[in-house]
Amino acid sequence: MTVVVWIAEGTWPACVDAARVHAPQDAEIVLLHVSDQDVPGVAHGAFAGLLGRGHRERDPGNRVEHLATASARHLLAAAADRLQRPCARLERTGRTEREVVAAAAGAELLVLARDGDRTRLGPHSLGPATRFVVDHAPCPVLLVWPEPAPGAETLPPPPPHHHR
Amino acid sequence: MGAPSPPPARSRTLSTSFAEALSVGLLVLVLVCAVVRPWGWPEAVVAVPAAGLVVATGAIPWAHAVAEAERLGPVIGFLAAVLVLAQLCDDEGLFHACGAWMARTSAGSPRRLLAQVFAVASVITAVLSLDATVVLLTPVVFATAARLGARPKPHLYACTHLSNTASLLLPVSNLTNLLAFAASGLSFTRFAALMALPWLAAIAVEYAVLRRFFAADLDAGARAEGEVAAPEMPVFALVTVAGTLAGFVLTSAIGVDPAWAAFAGALVLAVRALAQRRTAPAAIVRSAAVPFLAFVLALGVVVRAVVDNGLASALGHLVPHGTSLAALLGVAALAAVLANVINNLPATLVLLPLAVPSGSGAVLAVLLGVNIGPNLTYAGSLATLLWRRIVREHDTEIGLGEFTRLGLLVVPAALTLAVVALWGSLHVIGG
Repeated sequence: MTVVVWIAEGTWPACVDAARVHAPQDAEIVLLHVSDQDVPGVAHGAFAGLLGRGHRERDPGNRVEHLATASARHLLAAAADRLQRPCARLERTGRTEREVVAAAAGAELLVLARDGDRTRLGPHSLGPATRFVVDHAPCPVLLVWPEPAPGAETLPPPPPHHHR
Repeated sequence: MGAPSPPPARSRTLSTSFAEALSVGLLVLVLVCAVVRPWGWPEAVVAVPAAGLVVATGAIPWAHAVAEAERLGPVIGFLAAVLVLAQLCDDEGLFHACGAWMARTSAGSPRRLLAQVFAVASVITAVLSLDATVVLLTPVVFATAARLGARPKPHLYACTHLSNTASLLLPVSNLTNLLAFAASGLSFTRFAALMALPWLAAIAVEYAVLRRFFAADLDAGARAEGEVAAPEMPVFALVTVAGTLAGFVLTSAIGVDPAWAAFAGALVLAVRALAQRRTAPAAIVRSAAVPFLAFVLALGVVVRAVVDNGLASALGHLVPHGTSLAALLGVAALAAVLANVINNLPATLVLLPLAVPSGSGAVLAVLLGVNIGPNLTYAGSLATLLWRRIVREHDTEIGLGEFTRLGLLVVPAALTLAVVALWGSLHVIGG
């Protein structure tokens, strides 16, 4: 059994903890990080907009790409430390949501965290990329809260109209 | 109206229509080569011979070419000084210290980090120019976000957007400003006073939109590992930059070209770096980007030939006159569109001679358009974007949807508010 754990900045510790609790002992755990290609892309674009500056080697997008690779490696190492179990590490680059879905193909479980506005519980508690992954995941999904889950008493009262 | 030109000097050696076709053709060639950069040549390799050709064939009268060179010469010197100043500040560790400061004061909150990035990027762009923000600050901002364990995208977008939007404040903030500053006849302090409100208005719009647009990424939180050490402040560089700013005010008060203040600042840092053997004279000359300076001069001459040979009368009807709010909005919108089609540098060169007769208000409105406008299109203009798509420069396709959606949310609102702010400033301070 393969369990893919999506390691994203900010919310990853909850995913690692969930994998430790819920992944069977014999499961192969894959820690996945995706570097969004648009991040260096934004820097490449800003430099391209500077007409006449020449010097491609000054393009800050290249430096951002290198920094992103180092940062991803660092994050996966921290996640592996926290997991304290044998695991595989997978670094990908591209459109985040699509890469996560592709990496989860063939897995038995995908672990990810809510990453939207969690002050108001509802659809917005999922960011756009997470929403896409939940909608298109090719396997069962374990969706966890980055902080302790809210209690059942936070459930809003049912709307007064609508009942006949 | 039209271009401010000396009386028609010297007999033309070419028929007007041929001169027009030649100069337009050469301008297109220069711009295409600047975007495409065939065989990796510096842009000046095509631009300088093209400028030579318009002069040699008489497509631009010798007197006009000399006038253009005299007008652009001090601008280019000013630009070189600012480029060197920014690079030497980087060598002194100023940008690194900015990163450490942002990391420390954001206290692990991505929303606070965004506010710090806004503060730093706005000030760096205004004082050390947009080149410094794009080339030197952007990687530092990414590294800072990564160090805090925050998602980098909102902060990187903030940095690159502000390199355009926050370049409104001072003549040194952007090459387009330097060109307009030379043409407007405004003093350094008056320019800054008139542009302060538009600068703040445009930055406020960026901040409001980016916070909402990237709410999910900002709400995801951050995981800092360990304490961030207090930044070691490069006091010498900070004092030099502050002194340079004071020098701008002083020189403009006594009627001296403020470029000298930038020279003095760059000189102080250069002497120190050379004395401490941290840099070599060749490295300083390299940071002045001589081929870029030659490109700007040559582009200016070719554009002048195009403007003289009929573009002025063709575009003259399109450029609204006067300094009413509607006229200023029209000028800014036209400038933004032109900047997005070709690039903001040629757009500025084309529009300035047409705006100057309407006074400094119209000139500053052109700047609002050409400086805020490029945030609408990825790579600053459709021409550059098209080329990068054709050659698929970075093997991965970049999602243009997000960039363009953000641009559509920011640019019209920022441009409108900035123009209203400029109109208000013109009424209070006077053009």
